Amino acid sequence: MAPITFLEAIKQAMFEEMARDPSVVLLGEDVGVYGGAFKTSEGLLQKFGWERVIDTPISESAIIGAACGMSYLGLRPIAEMQFIDFIACCFNQLTNFVAKGHYLWNAPAPIVVRGPSGGGVHGGPFHSANPEMYFLHTPGLKIVYPSTPLDAKGLLKASIRDNNPVLFFEHKFLYRRIKEEIPSDDYIVPLGKAIVRREGHHLTMLSYAAMMHTSLEAADALAKEGIEAEVIDLRTLLPLDEETILDSVKKTNRCLVVHEDTKTGGIAGEIAAILFEKAFHDLDGPLVRVTSLDTPVPYAPTLEEAFLPNAQKVFRAAKALAGY
Amino acid sequence: MPELGRKPKLSHQQCLDLYYYMRLNREVEATMTKLFRQNKIVGGLYSSLGQEAVSVGTAYALEKKDWMAPMIRNIGALLVKGVPPRDIFTQHMAKFTSPTKGKDGTSHFGDLEKLHIVSPISMLGDLIPVMTGVAMAGRYLGQKIVAMTWIGDGGSSTGVFHEGLNLAASQKAPLVLILENNLWAYSTPVGRQVPLENLADRAKAYGIQSYIVDGNDVVAVYTAAKEAVDLARAGEGPILIEAKTFRRRGHAQHDPAEYVPAQQREFWEKRDPITLYERFLLKDKLLDVKSKKEIETKISTLLDEDREFAENSPMPPPELAEEGVYCSGDDCHKIRPSWQRPIEELQPPKSSVEAVWNVAGFGRGITPGGGIAPIHFGDTAVHRRPENKPTPPGKPTLRKKAATNRASKPVSAGKTSK
Repeated sequence: MAPITFLEAIKQAMFEEMARDPSVVLLGEDVGVYGGAFKTSEGLLQKFGWERVIDTPISESAIIGAACGMSYLGLRPIAEMQFIDFIACCFNQLTNFVAKGHYLWNAPAPIVVRGPSGGGVHGGPFHSANPEMYFLHTPGLKIVYPSTPLDAKGLLKASIRDNNPVLFFEHKFLYRRIKEEIPSDDYIVPLGKAIVRREGHHLTMLSYAAMMHTSLEAADALAKEGIEAEVIDLRTLLPLDEETILDSVKKTNRCLVVHEDTKTGGIAGEIAAILFEKAFHDLDGPLVRVTSLDTPVPYAPTLEEAFLPNAQKVFRAAKALAGY
Repeated sequence: MPELGRKPKLSHQQCLDLYYYMRLNREVEATMTKLFRQNKIVGGLYSSLGQEAVSVGTAYALEKKDWMAPMIRNIGALLVKGVPPRDIFTQHMAKFTSPTKGKDGTSHFGDLEKLHIVSPISMLGDLIPVMTGVAMAGRYLGQKIVAMTWIGDGGSSTGVFHEGLNLAASQKAPLVLILENNLWAYSTPVGRQVPLENLADRAKAYGIQSYIVDGNDVVAVYTAAKEAVDLARAGEGPILIEAKTFRRRGHAQHDPAEYVPAQQREFWEKRDPITLYERFLLKDKLLDVKSKKEIETKISTLLDEDREFAENSPMPPPELAEEGVYCSGDDCHKIRPSWQRPIEELQPPKSSVEAVWNVAGFGRGITPGGGIAPIHFGDTAVHRRPENKPTPPGKPTLRKKAATNRASKPVSAGKTSK
């Protein structure tokens, strides 16, 4: 099979799940006639019709609320945020209504909320966000953030089939920039499992989404200096695969977390706490964080470059950590 | 002496049902007030005293297969839909035997499987898009259901009220929204909440039909609700019903509501919905002293039994606190829709979409819906603030779609209409 882009992987996952199961529907802004702002739903309306591919008003709370209500009758709606930044508009609906339903009154809400996230494409402060951590603090939600086309397709299919509300982040920098060959069969990638992308024994590098590729680039540069980094792609942030993280850190004794989200309150802090609780005696050095700055995402390319982590920043931090 | 506005188109039994549920609603709450004073209610207690006709009359218009999402003061709607009083008692007392096993209180519970009730949350308005989704899914599955939910005068100020009703309107969803205007949002009178005399006027902004009804007249409430439910089921939804009523107690038990003017309270106490209805039933010989006594005995026996059950129920075990955040899969919930239509219908071309590009109501004189366009090319149209006319009690007023209600005459080119 010819390699496909990340964007094509998303489209294929939705297409195949809708073809497989008539209870899967898609709703969001401009997802129908226009095929989505990034064309991830192009052709779905023509194939599945307007009852299953629903163009909505610009009403994020109503999109999430309606998706949740539809799920109560056994449907599995996919709700698209045109840009994931707009998920802030439906924060209440997600955190108070959708997330708490199963715990409180035994009402599962099998919905997927997906949308393009992340920076590096000069989208500015309102089209570049990584809002995953607002929701990591909400019991009842699952959070998926893939880094490759193969994973994107398999994880999206698994998310659609999951009985819980899943927030599915698609890093838009990756949409058209990476290609990968994927299996031709109906595969899924299970939620809650991290994957070791590169084996190494000097230090563990934890990352996800676009920063996973940055981490791999830095790991290649480190290898030239004799430092072998083990790069782990978290893939699912909630639930977090503690086992894979701990296994690696117990082997390498050093841990570096790379994420594009801002530093304060980012997942690196949570991982640090887990390591202190469960691997304190295995650590030979401090937990090191390479993250974006604690600022909004700035617009100008020079500013955004300063804001984001890159392979050089990761390389320098990793090299210092390896010295412990 | 105030009387009911119109005679019901109901069987004798249905008339008695309405009476039974209103009495049950009131007695359930009276029992809970006693429990509250005995310190047996864990959290707050919210009263719907004087609003029973709204909850009961609207919910009674639904069929068994229909869905509802009540608010905290719609205990009567829960009872009509089939929730036993013990569920309401155990919920308020946070007992392990309650529908949420003590994880939430008050009327915050639901039942997806049998009764088709969606639980409310404390943030107002969220139920409107959720029930729009329920209505849309029901239509998609061919179930011919109607979804009903309630919102207060205060809750109608939320952003999600607009988002939800607008989505419902643009989808023509079979949704009936009851706007229960009890004149007070906690301590804020409706006039400071909304600058409209009739909250049903909000319907015009969504191009949907609405009713204004005397919320203390159960027959008027039921009649309007039944019409609305039938219309919604026939594809004419969504429909907004404003029920004008009055919250006779404070926001919750702790609130003596001293901010409510005495005259206003007296006015509404004279229009007690149960007294009004009982007087009508007795006068029309639909109820006599004997059958009234029978109903009262039935209610007190049921409530004694259920109260006792609740009081004797255990609190949830502490280990429950950590359980049930996630659904573990098919072993936990088998999520399967109930298809009531052939799946082939869902595929194009039967479900294909036709793009419409003309601008409704502009430049052509006639709108696609058959109404008169308010504006021609080059015109300016002014919509003055409408003169509000109070609705006489007891008469449900059907208000047609906004599109057919607008400017009655076409405006000639180049002039400004007033």
